[in-house]
Amino acid sequence: MSTTTTSDSRPSREKAPAGERVADWADGRLGIYSLAKSNMRKIFPDHWSFMLGEVCLYSFIIIILTGVYLTLFFHPSMNEVQYSGSYVPLQGQLMSEAFNSTMHISFDVRGGLLIRQIHHWAALIFLAGMFVHMMRVFFTGAFRKPREVNWVFGFLLFVLGMFTGFTGYSLPDDLLSGTGVRFMEGAILSVPIVGTYLSFFLFGGEFPGGDFVARFYSVHVLLLPGIMLGLVVGHLILVFYHKHTQFAGPGKTNNNVVGMPLLPVYMAKAGGFFFLVFGVIAAIAAIASINPIWAMGPYRPDQVSTGAQPDWYMGFSEGLIRVMPGWEINLWGHTLVLGVFIPLVIFPLVLVAIAVYPFIESWVTGDKREHHILDRPRNVPTRTAFGAAWISWYFVLLVGGGNDIWATHFHLAINSITWFVRIAFFVVPVLTFLATKRICLGLQRRDRDKVLHGRESGIIKRLPHGEFIEVHEPLSQDSLHTLTAHEQYKPVEIGPTVDENGVERKVSGTQKLRAKMSKGYYGEEGQIPKPTVEEYKEITSGHGHH
Amino acid sequence: MKKLSARRRHPLAAVVVLLLALAATGGLYAAFAPAGKAQADETAQSLGITEGKKLYSVGCASCHGTGGQGSSDGPSLVGVGAAAVDFQVGTGRMPAQQPGAQIPRKKVIYTQAEIDQLAAYIASLGAGPAIPTKNQVSPGGADIAKGGELFRTNCAQCHNFTGKGGALTHGKFAPSLEGVDPKHIYEAMQTGPQNMPSFPDTTLSEKNKQDIIAYLDAVNGDETESPGGLELGGLGPVSEGLFGWVFGLGTLVAVAVWVAARTAKAKKS
Amino acid sequence: MSSQDIPEENVPAERASDDHGHGHAPVVVADEQNPFADPGLPPHEHRIQDIDERAAKRSERLVAMLFVLSMVATVGFIASYVAIPNDKSIFVFPLGHISAMNFSLGMCLGVALFSIGAGAVHWARTLMSDVEIADERHPIEAEPAVKAKVLADFKQGAKESALGRRKLIRNTMFGALALFPLSGVMLLRDLGPLPGTKLRHTLWSKGKLLVNMNTNEPLRPSDVAVGSLTFVKPEGLEEHDEDFQKEIAKAALMIIRLQPEDIKDKQELEWSYQGIVAYSKICTHVGCPISLYEQQTHHALCPCHQSTFDLSDGARVIFGPAGHALPQLQIGVNAEGYLEALSDFQEPVGPAFWERG
Repeated sequence: MSTTTTSDSRPSREKAPAGERVADWADGRLGIYSLAKSNMRKIFPDHWSFMLGEVCLYSFIIIILTGVYLTLFFHPSMNEVQYSGSYVPLQGQLMSEAFNSTMHISFDVRGGLLIRQIHHWAALIFLAGMFVHMMRVFFTGAFRKPREVNWVFGFLLFVLGMFTGFTGYSLPDDLLSGTGVRFMEGAILSVPIVGTYLSFFLFGGEFPGGDFVARFYSVHVLLLPGIMLGLVVGHLILVFYHKHTQFAGPGKTNNNVVGMPLLPVYMAKAGGFFFLVFGVIAAIAAIASINPIWAMGPYRPDQVSTGAQPDWYMGFSEGLIRVMPGWEINLWGHTLVLGVFIPLVIFPLVLVAIAVYPFIESWVTGDKREHHILDRPRNVPTRTAFGAAWISWYFVLLVGGGNDIWATHFHLAINSITWFVRIAFFVVPVLTFLATKRICLGLQRRDRDKVLHGRESGIIKRLPHGEFIEVHEPLSQDSLHTLTAHEQYKPVEIGPTVDENGVERKVSGTQKLRAKMSKGYYGEEGQIPKPTVEEYKEITSGHGHH
Repeated sequence: MKKLSARRRHPLAAVVVLLLALAATGGLYAAFAPAGKAQADETAQSLGITEGKKLYSVGCASCHGTGGQGSSDGPSLVGVGAAAVDFQVGTGRMPAQQPGAQIPRKKVIYTQAEIDQLAAYIASLGAGPAIPTKNQVSPGGADIAKGGELFRTNCAQCHNFTGKGGALTHGKFAPSLEGVDPKHIYEAMQTGPQNMPSFPDTTLSEKNKQDIIAYLDAVNGDETESPGGLELGGLGPVSEGLFGWVFGLGTLVAVAVWVAARTAKAKKS
Repeated sequence: MSSQDIPEENVPAERASDDHGHGHAPVVVADEQNPFADPGLPPHEHRIQDIDERAAKRSERLVAMLFVLSMVATVGFIASYVAIPNDKSIFVFPLGHISAMNFSLGMCLGVALFSIGAGAVHWARTLMSDVEIADERHPIEAEPAVKAKVLADFKQGAKESALGRRKLIRNTMFGALALFPLSGVMLLRDLGPLPGTKLRHTLWSKGKLLVNMNTNEPLRPSDVAVGSLTFVKPEGLEEHDEDFQKEIAKAALMIIRLQPEDIKDKQELEWSYQGIVAYSKICTHVGCPISLYEQQTHHALCPCHQSTFDLSDGARVIFGPAGHALPQLQIGVNAEGYLEALSDFQEPVGPAFWERG
């Protein structure tokens, strides 16, 4: 700030300040001035929900930093050793080197436990952050043109994050994660025709073999994070290139972005936010234990504990597998393990359902314009209802995935929870869809009333003839504009199928479907017409001078 | 009453109700929590079987039959042994209060002396495992690590890694082993109460049982260390996920709200 | 595509009134014509810190204090690392007995980092300019002239390469490019051996004794009480064996004893010995060791996915996602009176697979 010491009257011959000379040097080789020209004072709008992506970015960086530290001590090997570390209840037990070195990190490396816990907590928060960030983007329609590609990048990051998490969770070779890996073996075996081969190739023979920790390790620390890093960079470049979206409001249009500049405000806010995120996660790692492998013991395929669950982000797949009926077909000497294979197929479909939505919506609207103003969820009832239905579906499956914990903590029977989930899998999303849509329409009606009649002031007045009325204050133009800024599509019409000459026009099935969906989205049932200027004027003039 | 109804829409009303509900639940739990150890009264032993029979006919005979032969309401007690009686009555499971998927642990209503008398009477009906002595269950000198391995092989599948309990079919459950008297753990292994299978000395030796008890004391005792911090119930990823969402992401969202919020404006006036 | 034929009127018109003012200062004045028009950016209001230097000083001091706090916490981190024994346990309410090292390092690190962040954000929020600026957006799509130039360049390049004309080159090149990844696929072959019949066999065979996991001694029928549960492994398999994990993953066995009259399944009764039955411990769903045995109902529950098997009725599935019954091992007693296997399992144990049949 106050460090600019050079006076304005610097002779041209005099040397430039050191910082400038370094920048000149770099500019001559990297062209940083041109790069900085458009980016240094880049504008970012202020809204808390725009920082959810930063939560993910920063927890990703934290995971990489702590992960590198952990690799310094972790031995990705399944060779059997006898434990002789400082945790008494395991002394003398046989275990893999992977487990042994994780014990070493936890008990004999100073601060090792902290870093392990930061790594794992950050991973849970990374995935949770991505989930919420994705929902923010979804419900505000930020995925619309030109951001569809970035939506796909983000979705891939979420999916890859799940698998990176799963492989990492399996590395310590403890009794809990080993059970998860065994489940994975069973799931792979269920794949028709090639399942057995895939399983043998993955585990280097029969389960558990002596290879999977080393193989998962290179996938966990190199392959998947490498791809993710590339995607993150791409994701960020696109965020910069597209410029951030913003909510409607006075002065905010589809052609501008209103906010504070990167230098200095966002440099400080976003940079500071990294430290805030890291600080919070470090404090959580100081306070709460995660994945206490010493309590679980080393993996042995003949041992197990109740409450065997994956980390939360795999919970919905666990739900799928738990509530599936045990169908199995034996024909011509082969077995089709539908009880496992169907959940294995539905698992990606649950995710794909939300990933392809933007493309379906853009097909229905046929809108080819760029959108930089965010939707309020209520103004797009069908999309909001779909998103809410998807979340309810996801959560029903999470309940299924933790059915034993639910049973013990709410004194229910596992069997009834399983049956509840089996039915709710089909019913709950539909109910959520209908309820959410109604709520959105109700909120739209309220907005309409507010625009036309003003805000309820809470002041009750008695008129001379005895009637009580509540005084409504008219809204400011700012609010009037904000509440009416959204666009409303008209449903697509197929038009007459027979022209004036009586010749029938061909209408394809997809066209009919599209018209039908468009009607559902934007027809009478789909949205409340926003107030028009004429309506407003008629009502206001009726009250006022006449 | 009028005052109360006027305030029930107060923003804090929900909080107050919640606190009251929590206090009530907590109180109920406290009421049902296992009572402190009743001291064995050595002299009462001599009263023996006769006293036990009296107690039996008052408190037990209605379900288990006048001679312990069992009825439609309760199984036969012939041959279950003193250990089973000491476990069932000593943990408050017996006498049962109401039928259900499983009879839970509750407040003990007999003194240890009375339990010993009951046990003596039942033991006289047919041979069965005796109440283990202090020395038999004492964890001194036991191999904790071996106990851990045995626990993971024989017990963890129902009772969880460190004995936090778990679910069984149709509302039955394996109870938490936290705060359970080592004697009762020993007896449970010996006798297999309710749906728990038994682990008789022939397949799980006395030494094995002592190892298991020592392991439980090490990982689920009052002094057990949870190096990483809050144990979160020791339930694994479900509670960890919940904590990560609520306190991890919750805190970060709260911080984000602060970072992005507008700074207060100076108001003219 | 069908989306091309959308009539223009279905797409709402660009908001007519507030579209005049693109650019960074939409100066649409509140007009009589359109009460919903964009009034433009509200005027900037000053913060206390902007007009009161004392308030600004207070902010500055707070920011500096946070940065100092961070330094103190870092010193605390180093001090804890050096001074606290790694195995020291402390009681912190309500966390319980926890590692002193983990707690103090984590808290110090947390405070050190959080203070830096809080200081920077407070600085930005109270002392840096909070005047909102509008930046103009430009369409992502290229101008038609640029697009035309690119297309022309591409055509020129394509023409010069003659790829379209010399089909032989094109086709062989595509062929080569399509084939070469096969080498990489080939290299994956040695990731593991072929399955063969490995999943069909376990260590069990005729005459192998049933060895108690707990005591490492062979079992006699009299050891196994009704209502008890015992886990056994095949004779000769020891925990420190090279392939213990692989073998126990298939051979793990649970032994229970029922009253012979309680056994409902004919084959189960035949394969049992005096009511002692031996079932595979490996769930037929996805392979968890299933062993949550309820001795009164004779049900065994899997802790992973809650498949439930009735061990008194051929271990058939009565609930959950498992597709078939647990395999039973035929057992008997040898000359010395020990329980022994009479053969290997008659069907593959564990999860089903394509070749299982």
